[in-house]
Amino acid sequence: MIKYILKRILLAVLTVFIICAITFFSMHAVPGGPFNREKAMSEATVAALNARYGMDKPVGEQFILYMKGILHGDFGVSLKNGREISSIIGESFPISARLGISAMIVALILGTIFGSIAALMRNKLPDRIIVFFTTLLTAVPSFVLATLLLLVFCIKLGWVPVWSPKSNNYLLPVIALSAYPMAYITRLSKTSMLDALSQDYIRTARAKGVSRTKMIFKHALRNSLIPVITYAGPQVAYIITGSMVIETIFTVGGLGSKFVSAINNRDYTLIMATTIFLAILMVVANVICDLLYKLVDPRIKYD
Amino acid sequence: MEKNKDIFCNDTFKKNPLSSQIDLSRFTQESFAAATEDEKRQQDVMSESTTFFKDGMRKLSKNPLAMGSIVMLAIVILTIIFAPMIVPYSYEEILSVNGKRDKGAKNLAPFTYSQMEQKYIEEGGTRFPHIFGTDEQCRDYFVRVIYGTRISLFIGFFASIIVLFIGMLYGSISGYIGGRVDLIMMRIVDIIYSLPDMLMIILLKVVLDERLNFPAGSFLSKLGTSMVSLFIVFGLLYWVGMARLIRGQILSIKENEYVLAARSIGAGAGRIIRQHILPNCLSVIIISTALQIPSAIFTESFLSFVGIGVKAPMPSLGSLANAAREGLQSYPYKLIFPAAIICLIVLSLNLLGDGLRDAFDPKLKR
Repeated sequence: MIKYILKRILLAVLTVFIICAITFFSMHAVPGGPFNREKAMSEATVAALNARYGMDKPVGEQFILYMKGILHGDFGVSLKNGREISSIIGESFPISARLGISAMIVALILGTIFGSIAALMRNKLPDRIIVFFTTLLTAVPSFVLATLLLLVFCIKLGWVPVWSPKSNNYLLPVIALSAYPMAYITRLSKTSMLDALSQDYIRTARAKGVSRTKMIFKHALRNSLIPVITYAGPQVAYIITGSMVIETIFTVGGLGSKFVSAINNRDYTLIMATTIFLAILMVVANVICDLLYKLVDPRIKYD
Repeated sequence: MEKNKDIFCNDTFKKNPLSSQIDLSRFTQESFAAATEDEKRQQDVMSESTTFFKDGMRKLSKNPLAMGSIVMLAIVILTIIFAPMIVPYSYEEILSVNGKRDKGAKNLAPFTYSQMEQKYIEEGGTRFPHIFGTDEQCRDYFVRVIYGTRISLFIGFFASIIVLFIGMLYGSISGYIGGRVDLIMMRIVDIIYSLPDMLMIILLKVVLDERLNFPAGSFLSKLGTSMVSLFIVFGLLYWVGMARLIRGQILSIKENEYVLAARSIGAGAGRIIRQHILPNCLSVIIISTALQIPSAIFTESFLSFVGIGVKAPMPSLGSLANAAREGLQSYPYKLIFPAAIICLIVLSLNLLGDGLRDAFDPKLKR
């Protein structure tokens, strides 16, 4: 067990290191350098800026310096407005985290509920309806769905106010962000529920005369929930990329929309820092899910 | 012989009416005569021999969702091939009437004409209707959507082929050689697999868009840097899934007796992989390639949203839908058309992929 945990963490650390290296070196491969603006700067200014940010040193040394900075929580300075990136992340990430965690919870709860209903009423009308909508939802790009939600509920019907930092109305962004993971989790939890229902212990429970509700909640649902943990890991990655789209459309000032505007502004240090930050987040989420999965289900062997 | 004949004499064995013994009195010598060729042929159970492919196609044709998807895709493909031949506008052409630029043809609703066009029609000219209206730069929107569909499908298809090619090469080498080579190759795959793909795609795309430079007039420069970098990024990141899948297949197939037989008569590794192993994992390959196409279309539309997709004036469905978000309140149909086509294509390909999987590979469950 401990050996497995160590191995998994070691792989995660290696992955994070590789991500940092890829990010750093590919950003340095961009021609012209970060101080290439429309307005040409004097050579002395460029040299001074290079010296200021340690850009005059060889790339390898810069990389080591950068890595040291990250370990201390220092991601450098945004090229466009000169602000500390760690403070940009620090102020925008909590907004994204709130949005993302809410969406994740909604997706997990609704996904398992719909999936279980579909499995229990297999081939009946509720199952057909659920399958139809989940299949449809997986085929709609998230930005289309979010735009349509915004158009219909905010602008045409006026039921929900447009997001602003003061109103803090997370309803539509959460719906838009959780739609795809919900559809995905519904599909998978349906399969895992069907799998659980066909197990011998269910037959035993029914033979013993356990009531249907008890059989569903105590025997089937519990066991079918185990694989759902593994779906949660990859879904974190989806939520993070999805939040870029959703935050931009609903103009939520989170990290996702900062990342998109950094890409559009070609703010390389901010792109680099955000990529590394989000990537670490995804890797950590994956490790936690993997370990949780092994912890919850004693039938799984460690290798 | 004579004695045998006697056995069947009707009187010799009288059957007890209650006995369940065979009533031998019903038989005569002729009953045991050898069958003629004609009679033999009648006894043969004539059923057509089926191949693996035929059997799969039969199952597929019974799946209404998959067949509907095929029809849908056929309609879409025929439309994008033939519609540009019928519609007299091109995707980057700014509308003009009689050589004069038509400034009134901005953001027209579907099937309407601008004032200049109306005047022209009243004077007796014919004008092809703008089926989806026009965009903010006075271009026919229908043709743009058609070209966008072409480009999105091209990206999806070509990206899948690249992924298939790299994944197949890598996976089959790793699976066939096995041992330490396999271990090292699979560790590399594990590491690439654990990279957050979307972030890496965004990052590499940003860099490659700036970095790539092709000599003018070459094939690659015709495709455009943004398109080529898209393929490179797909090729770099998405092959790992395919490589894993094919390696797993090969590991199980290469233990079969026919592979041993082929090896024993001296077939080389390349021949065994090509002739014996790959045909046997063909169904898995086709299915996952079919499912790769919609994922590539999705990724491209996401990149278009972020602003690093296919470059203007070349349209893709994603970039069209994204551009339509401006002025959404006044012209919602400009979002609806490309978005609906993305949904249609992705849905059809997903359903077709599922159908193919059910038909050709019952073992491969979700």
